Amino acid sequence: MTAIERPETAPSSAPGGLVKSVVELDRVVIRLAGDSGDGMQLTGNRFTSETASFGNDLSTLPNFPAEIRAPTGTLPGVSSFQLHFADHDIMTPGDAPDVLVAMNPAALKANLVDLPGGGLLILDSDEFSPRNLAKVGYASNPIEDGSLEGWQTVSVPLTSMTTDALKDSGLGKKEAERSKNMFTLGLLSWMYHRPTEGTIRFLERTFRRKPEIAAANIAAFRAGYNYGETTEAFAVSYEIKPAPMAPGRYRNISGNTALSLGLVAAGQRSGLPIFLGAYPITPASDILHELSKHKSFNVRTFQAEDEIAGIGAAIGASFGGALGITTTSGPGVSLKSEAIGLAVMTELPLVIVDVQRGGPSTGLPTKTEQSDLLQAMFGRNGEAPVPVIAPRSPGDCFDAAIEATRIALTYRTPVMLLSDGYLANGAEPWQVPDVDQLPDLTGTVNFATEPNGAAADGEEGVFLPYLRDEETLARAWAVPGTAGMQHRIGGLEKADRTGNISYDPANHDFMTRTRQAKIDGIAASIPLTDVEDPDGNASVAVIGWGSTYGPIGAACRRIRRSGRSVAQIHLRHINPMPADLGEVLGRYDRVICPEMNLGQLSLLLRAKFLVDVESHTQVRGLPFRAAELAAVIQEVIDRTSEPVAPQVGEAGITAGNGAVQ
Amino acid sequence: MTTVELGMPAEGPIADAVAASVATQGPKQTELKAKDMKTDQEVRWCPGCGDYVILNAVQSFLPSLGIAREDMVIVSGIGCSSRFPYYLNTYGMHSIHGRAPAIATGLAASRPDLSVWVVTGDGDALSIGGNHLIHALRRNVNMTILLFNNRIYGLTKGQYSPTSEVGKVTKSTPMGSLDHPFNPVSLAIGADATFVGRAMDSDRKGLTEVLRQAAEHQGTSLVEIYQNCNIFNDGAFELLKDPATGTQWSIPLVHGEPLVFGPDGASCVVRDDFGGLRIAETNQVDASEIVVHDAHRENPAYAFALSRLSSQDLRYTPMGVFRSVRKPTYDAMMTEQLDVARVQEPADLGALLAGGDTWEVKA
Repeated sequence: MTAIERPETAPSSAPGGLVKSVVELDRVVIRLAGDSGDGMQLTGNRFTSETASFGNDLSTLPNFPAEIRAPTGTLPGVSSFQLHFADHDIMTPGDAPDVLVAMNPAALKANLVDLPGGGLLILDSDEFSPRNLAKVGYASNPIEDGSLEGWQTVSVPLTSMTTDALKDSGLGKKEAERSKNMFTLGLLSWMYHRPTEGTIRFLERTFRRKPEIAAANIAAFRAGYNYGETTEAFAVSYEIKPAPMAPGRYRNISGNTALSLGLVAAGQRSGLPIFLGAYPITPASDILHELSKHKSFNVRTFQAEDEIAGIGAAIGASFGGALGITTTSGPGVSLKSEAIGLAVMTELPLVIVDVQRGGPSTGLPTKTEQSDLLQAMFGRNGEAPVPVIAPRSPGDCFDAAIEATRIALTYRTPVMLLSDGYLANGAEPWQVPDVDQLPDLTGTVNFATEPNGAAADGEEGVFLPYLRDEETLARAWAVPGTAGMQHRIGGLEKADRTGNISYDPANHDFMTRTRQAKIDGIAASIPLTDVEDPDGNASVAVIGWGSTYGPIGAACRRIRRSGRSVAQIHLRHINPMPADLGEVLGRYDRVICPEMNLGQLSLLLRAKFLVDVESHTQVRGLPFRAAELAAVIQEVIDRTSEPVAPQVGEAGITAGNGAVQ
Repeated sequence: MTTVELGMPAEGPIADAVAASVATQGPKQTELKAKDMKTDQEVRWCPGCGDYVILNAVQSFLPSLGIAREDMVIVSGIGCSSRFPYYLNTYGMHSIHGRAPAIATGLAASRPDLSVWVVTGDGDALSIGGNHLIHALRRNVNMTILLFNNRIYGLTKGQYSPTSEVGKVTKSTPMGSLDHPFNPVSLAIGADATFVGRAMDSDRKGLTEVLRQAAEHQGTSLVEIYQNCNIFNDGAFELLKDPATGTQWSIPLVHGEPLVFGPDGASCVVRDDFGGLRIAETNQVDASEIVVHDAHRENPAYAFALSRLSSQDLRYTPMGVFRSVRKPTYDAMMTEQLDVARVQEPADLGALLAGGDTWEVKA
C-alpha cells in the first residue's frame, strides 16, 4: 500500500472480547468488482455517500460494460467501481486499488492485474465454484492453489452469510442472495468506520413500497457490519480522518447531476424557460432524466424521435425565446451537425452538451474519451465557428454549464459543452453554492421590442434582425409575439443588417468573417490563462483540457514533491482560447499536452501558436494514471535540463528543439 | 372574429417583450387584410408555379383567423415550397431539409400562445423528414402542416419523389422509378393524425375551407395540397383539374353528407366485404348502403379506407377533410405537467442545489 500507515492509535474492544486494532491511513483506494447484476455501482455509490458525509475528500471511477446484463459470471459482464478517499485534497480516483473486493472469479480475473502486490483482496468464496471457475478459464481454484500468495487474501463466504442472515426474512434463497452487496457494504463500512445512518435511510426510501425488501437489505447491511466487528478474519479496521475543506455546506455530486443543476440554475438566473430536446444516449441520458424531474423550474424536456429532432426542437424553442438545450454524446453530435450549422447561421442561443465516449462510430459507449474536440470545433459544413468549453471535474460541470449559457445568450450562438464519461459518472464532494452568488444572467437576455433601424430604401422604423451589438457583435433577438418585429430567418446566407436572403459575394465574405469575429471576440469576456506554477521556476508546462485536470494535477504534485518545477495550464475555454495563451506557452522550453485522444488539442495549439507541443496520448477508455503522467513529465524535464547541442540543418545552424523561436 | 384559441405566454422575459410591444404600438392588430400579410420580398418561384396560387389563397385566408401577425410563425424545411415563410409578414424560419416539424414542435411546445404553421413538400416531409412528420402527428402538437405535393423534386431539378408514380422517368431514373409511392394521407392516418385533409392548389374555395378547419383544429393538422410543378411535372393533377374528368374522379368529402360523386351523382362509396370501402354505381345500390361521411370517427380505420380508394393514377381521389378528431394536445399536456409540478414541489433553487444529503464543514 502506498498509504502512510501509522502505529495503532486505539485498540477497540468488540463484543466477544476480541481486541481489534485501528490503523490510521491518509488515503485508501478501494475497488469493488462483481457481475453486472451484483449491484456494484449501487454499492459503490452508497459507500461514496457515506464517505462524503464523513468528510473525506474523494474521487470515483465507475467502470461498467455497455451490455445491461452480459452472461452471468463472464469476463464481459464484470462491473467495477473504484473509490479514492483521503484526509487531504485529492485529484483522481487513484491509479491502482489498495483493496480489491471481487464478488466472483470473473471479477478477480479482470481486476487482479491492477492490484499491487501486498494489497488487500477480499473474495466471496461461495462464488468460486468449479462451474464459475471454468467460465473464466481458471484450471484450479486460486483461493486454494496458492496463486494469491502475493496478496493479503481474505476469503469470506459472503453469499451464504447473507442468506443465513436473512433466513427468517421470508425471502427465497435467490432473492436473499441479491442482498450480498449490502452485506459487503456493511463489512466495508465497519472496516473504514463509515457512518451507516445514510445507507439505512437510503434503503428505507428506495424500497418504501416494498418494506420486506428494505428490511432484508438493512438486515444484510447490519449483518455485514457486525461480522466485521466480531470476526477474526479482519483484525484491523482503518480510520481516515476528514479532509480539511473550505467552510461551507457540501454534498456529493456526479458530473451529469452537476451539469443538469447548472442548466437549471442558468435558466433561473437568466429568467428564461428551459427547453431540452434530447434523444437517449449513453453516457448523457442521465441529464435528460435529471432535468425531467425539475419541471417546476420552468424546465420542459422533450424526448425526441431522434438526435436531429432533439436539436431541431431546441432551436425552435430558442427562436421562441427559451433557452434551447440539447444533450448527447459523440454519435449524436454527428447527427446534429447540420442543425448546429443552422443555429450558427440563424445566430440563436443554444447549449449543446456532448458527454464524450470512446469512438468512432458506436465505439465504447460506457468508457471515457476526449476525441470529439475537433468534431466540436470543425465538424460542420462551411465556416461554422462554435465556442467550445469543457469542465475539469464533476463538480465543475455546474459552473461550466452556467458559463456555456452565458456565452450562448450574450453572443446568440450555439455553444459546445464537452463533458466526458469519466466526469459524467464520477463523483466528488461539492460545495453547495449560494444562489445569490451565482452569475446574474438577466442582462444577457435583451429581447428587441422596438424597430432598430432604417431599410435600404430609407424607410425608418424597421426591424433589422441582423443589426449587431457593436461590442459583442450579437444580433438583435426578437421573439414571436412581439408586434412590429416580424422577421424571417433561415439557413440561407443572410444579408448584413436585414437578414434577407443574399447571394452577393461581398456580403457572404463579410458575413463569414463577421460570424468568425463574433466568436473570436468572446475571448474579451473570459479570464486570461491561469498558470499553476507555485515556485515560478518551471521551464516545462503541461497543458490539458477537460477531465484530465485531476490526473495532470496529481502528476504535477508528484513532480513538485520530488523537488522539480512544472507549470500546469488547464483550458476551460478551447474556442476561443484565452487571449494571452500563445504568449504564455512561449515562455516555456517545453510544453506537454496529455489527452485521451490522438493529439487533438496539440494540433490546435501547434496550428495556432506555432509552439512545438509534445503530445502524450492514451485512448484506453479510462482516465490517465497520475504515476504514468508524472513519469512522462519527469522524462521531459530531464531532457530539458540537459544542454541542447546545436543542430546543423539544411539552412545552416538552427536552434535546438528546446528553444522557442 | 377570432376562431382560433391560443394559450397565454408564460411569465418572464418573453411575456415582458410582448407587453412592451403592446405598450409602444398599441393593442394587437387582429383585423387584417390580405395585403397586410405580404412582405417586401420578391417571390422567386417559376412563373406559372402552383405555389403562387397557394400563396395567394393563404394570404387571403390567414386574416380570417383573427390572429395578429406577430402571433403566427411559419416554419419550413428545404425545397421550392419551403420559401413560403419569406412571403408572409409573420415570424418565420426557413430551416434545414426535413426538420421543420421538429423545429415547430419545440416552438409550439414551449409557446402555446402562438399559431405555428409548417410548410413542406413531398420530398422534404416524406423522404428526408419522414421520421419527424410521423412523430409530430402521433404527438399531436398544436400546429398545422401544409404539405405541398407536386410528386417531383423541383429545386434539385427534376428527380422522382416519394410520391411519384412507379415507372416515373426522370433524370435519376432514365428507365423508370422502381419504388412504390407513399400516399401522404394514408401515411398520416396510419400515424394516428388527429386531422388530415387534402385540397387542390387551384381550388381556392375548397383549399380555404380545408385550411380553415385545419387551423381551428387543436392538435397537429396535416393538409396535403396537390400542387402543379409546371417545369418538371406539369399536368400531374390534370385528371382532377380538368372539368371534363375532374368530377368523375374526385370524391368531395363533406361531414354528414353521403359520399355521392361524379356527373349527375352517378358514383358513390359503399362498404366492401372486408371492412374497407369500394366505389359503386349509385343506381345499383340501395340509398342506405351509401356511406355518410363521418370525419369525427375515433377509429382511424374508416378514414384510412377512404384514403385507399385512390390509386397512383389519381382515379377516385377524395378531396376535403378525411379525419378530424379531438385528443389532448402535447403542448397543453406539457404545460399542465409543469403546473402540477409547481404545486407539488415549488421551485426553490437553493434546496435543489443542496439535494438530500449534505454536510457542514465548520470554519
